[in-house]
Amino acid sequence: MEFAIQTESLTRIYKIRGGKKDDPKELVALQDVDLQVERGELFGLLGPNGAGKTTLIKILTTLLSPTTGRASVAGMDVAKEPHNVRPLINMVSGGESSGYGLLTVRENLWMFSQFYGIPSKLANDRIQKLLEIVGLGDRHNTKSSDLSSGLRQKMNIVRGFMTDPEVLFLDEPTLGLDVGAARDVRGFIRDWINADSQRTILLTTHYMVEADDLCDRVAIINQGQVLACDKPSILKRRLQKDAIFMLEVGSLNGSHLEIFKDIPGVRKVTQRDLEGGAVLEFILEEESVLGNVVNTMTTADIRIKHLQKREPTLEDVFVELVGRSMEEVERGDDIQD
Amino acid sequence: MTSRIKKNTGLRLFIQAVLGRAYPRVIALQREKSWMFFDIFLPMLAVSAYVFIYRAIGAPKEYIGFVVVGGAMTAFWLNVLWSMSSQLYWEKEQGNLALYIMAPNSMMAVLLGMAVGGLYATTQRALAILLIGSWVFEVEYVVASFLQLFAIFMLSMVALYGMGMMFASLFLLLSREAWHLTNLATEPVYLMSGFYFPIKNFNFWVAAAASIIPLTLGLDAMRQLVFPSGPALGFLTVQVELGILVLLSVIFLVGAKRLLGFMERLAIREGRLTESRR
Repeated sequence: MEFAIQTESLTRIYKIRGGKKDDPKELVALQDVDLQVERGELFGLLGPNGAGKTTLIKILTTLLSPTTGRASVAGMDVAKEPHNVRPLINMVSGGESSGYGLLTVRENLWMFSQFYGIPSKLANDRIQKLLEIVGLGDRHNTKSSDLSSGLRQKMNIVRGFMTDPEVLFLDEPTLGLDVGAARDVRGFIRDWINADSQRTILLTTHYMVEADDLCDRVAIINQGQVLACDKPSILKRRLQKDAIFMLEVGSLNGSHLEIFKDIPGVRKVTQRDLEGGAVLEFILEEESVLGNVVNTMTTADIRIKHLQKREPTLEDVFVELVGRSMEEVERGDDIQD
Repeated sequence: MTSRIKKNTGLRLFIQAVLGRAYPRVIALQREKSWMFFDIFLPMLAVSAYVFIYRAIGAPKEYIGFVVVGGAMTAFWLNVLWSMSSQLYWEKEQGNLALYIMAPNSMMAVLLGMAVGGLYATTQRALAILLIGSWVFEVEYVVASFLQLFAIFMLSMVALYGMGMMFASLFLLLSREAWHLTNLATEPVYLMSGFYFPIKNFNFWVAAAASIIPLTLGLDAMRQLVFPSGPALGFLTVQVELGILVLLSVIFLVGAKRLLGFMERLAIREGRLTESRR
């Protein structure tokens, strides 16, 4: 079977500038990544900043060569046949500032359409149609430098979709967008992939809700390695035997978290600080463990303000796999994408 | 897999890409009027300074014309330096370079588009300097051969922008060093190319070495063709300079294509095609 995207033992190691000649510094951005994405799939790569998501996209879009291993798009090796891969793909990155500020939205999009050989009239028709779909129909004559970041990202989205790629790479497409604009972009992505079973999207995100909401399958990636890959519902089912509780508490000190971790039956606990308190999330082996947790808090004189049981999310899956929340990984992670 | 919308390939794609990339430069001329001040008035100050020096020391009248023609041609050198050679650095920082490379068109088409657009826009600036300078300083031209003049100008531009395309390939790997190198190349070339004086005043070997920059010979030949005393002040004969310009055009264009392919592969291997933020 020919996959839309396939990687085999894909590894990318960066040489870091400034390292000594006899002892060059290296950074392993991807390590032995094996992925298969079927045609028609909306596949998500979920991981914190620095996990290797962008590196993988760069390799798949022919912008970076792998150190070892192999990657193919539409059955063609991206390193050996980049010129055959390029007509079939496109990419949109979150927060990108491509194009030229003095050109209007339509002119920028027309310029990029010319690099794909789309005849001018057809390009202009498609641009107008797509601009109307994303709600930019009345802004086609606005200089792109005058657009807000949300509107600019919508223009970028049109740039990626107007060439009708068979495989589209979306690298954090809703990064920095407000809630409304992000919802519009997600809606557009969903409609686009649903309209044709031959279209494939690989989307990277570090927004759990986005991956859960959009993707047919998700690969969770951290420190260059794929930790799990399946449908979001199946990934979450791994945790369904566990009980997940969210407790909003008064102020904590550093040692409390360690005490909670030592309670028998507590699989994971994460902490998110709030003003005047914190939110603790417990993954427990069974509900009955909650009693011990509450007792421990009472003994430690910690005031419980709110307690809620909730269904597992992809965030919980990430915590289960990595041992820390994505936010915690990003805070302490010095690996660059 | 087959594409569902019509897309041209081959020569049509190449031409579309050239026109697509040339467009922003052409349109910028109409939208950003500030060039009239920065690209005409400021160069005119440098031209005026040399004119007054030549007048003060009683230099031959033709030298005034030499300065005006040289002043007009500096616009092309600045365009090649700032908008060709170092352009890919800016494109990389803006995120455009990755999109250019990832698209099915040839990067040579993108570079050629930059060159064509730049040439069109810069010709307007150079013409403005030439016309205003000639009017203000009462320069008189006697054109020996319009055909030769046109051929020399076109060949100078092909070789010059070919050189710009080659430098752009070299600069593909650079980061902010591109800015410094461009700065470094500006003033020495003003001197070596004889923008404000005939290069015959140099030692032969110095003038020969300076001839690697196409504007040096282009300017020398054009001066010989538009001023009666030009041939006497020329470095080589127009025919020889024409021949060398043909050679330089071929060398720079072929060099640009080969170097671009090499540097692109190197940049992909080293991961230096995308902006430093990502």
